[in-house]
Amino acid sequence: MSDTHVSDFDREAGFGDYFALLKPRVMSLVIFTALVGLVVAPVSVHPVVALSSLLFIAIGAGASGALNMWWDADIDAVMKRTAKRPVPSGKVTADEALGIGVALSGMAVVMLALAANLVAAGLLAFTIFFYAVIYTMILKRWTPQNIVIGGAAGAFPPMIGWAVATGGISVESVLMFALTFMWTPPHFWALALFMKSDYEDAGVPMLTVTHGRRVTRNHVLGYTIALAPVALGIGFTSIGGPVYLAVSAVLNAMFLMGAWQIWRRDETSAEADGYKVEKRFFRLSLSYLFLHFGALLVEASLRGFGFGGW
Amino acid sequence: MAIRTEHELHKRRFSRNLGVGLALASFVLLVFALSVVKIQRVGPVEGFDHQPRTTLLPAEQSE
Repeated sequence: MSDTHVSDFDREAGFGDYFALLKPRVMSLVIFTALVGLVVAPVSVHPVVALSSLLFIAIGAGASGALNMWWDADIDAVMKRTAKRPVPSGKVTADEALGIGVALSGMAVVMLALAANLVAAGLLAFTIFFYAVIYTMILKRWTPQNIVIGGAAGAFPPMIGWAVATGGISVESVLMFALTFMWTPPHFWALALFMKSDYEDAGVPMLTVTHGRRVTRNHVLGYTIALAPVALGIGFTSIGGPVYLAVSAVLNAMFLMGAWQIWRRDETSAEADGYKVEKRFFRLSLSYLFLHFGALLVEASLRGFGFGGW
Repeated sequence: MAIRTEHELHKRRFSRNLGVGLALASFVLLVFALSVVKIQRVGPVEGFDHQPRTTLLPAEQSE
């Protein structure tokens, strides 16, 4: 037995490495937003059906993550943030990632159709297709608008959750989609501003690379302004209410302020304080989305006690 | 490399087998639970064997 064999054994994957293919952190966001979409819907769902639907939505999202890691293994190896993923680190082969991705995608869609309904399953199938094919294979390496359009994939889960309960699409579910969709660009561009060289090294046409950092700052402000009416608008639909509206008003004020500060700065002052403002804005963007959906959840539970809503 | 009965590799393989086993077992349980819920939603289920199904009889006959 040669040394190469020994090192091959050393790199043999454990269960955790296969699980990492499903991007557990992205999955947790998907589960949370899908749960909110399901709970705020006006139709109640049997807990077993709700639980299994959420599980299949999560597996579908995870499967698209595995397909993304299969296709992107070459750029993941170059970028610091992603170099430790199972495929570039050699734990799992790209073919295995493809196999797991395809198998779990099919299983998740069919099972969601059986557990819930065809509309939810169709939306899940479209989400997987959109993330794996439209975003990963086409947009990501081709246009700096990659994350704007690709953000749609991450925005679908609350719509799927809503469809599990109601079997359809409505103003409320489209607005929940729009909230995540409009939130994605400022969130990712703030990240791209301080993760400086990563995307450049990998040759991914991030806006910071193709149009420069000044244009990126303008875009962050522009999308943040466009996001505010969408976020506040949800407050006036059947799933909103005073609690949501108050939370949303505060968060949007903070978010706009952050985007304004990012817009006002130039590279020298940003570099001088180690991108403090950009990092703070990025962290705020995480709580921004979480608290918006959290507030919708609060409204739904208040409604259960006869409060909340309009 | 010394041959030991328990190499770290065996632990990794065991974790994989255990993970797949548990995932499959919970999938079976989930499908069973889903079936119970879905069939209950149809209403009371009658056996088809040996007994006439009273709900299928015309109203006057079943009285």
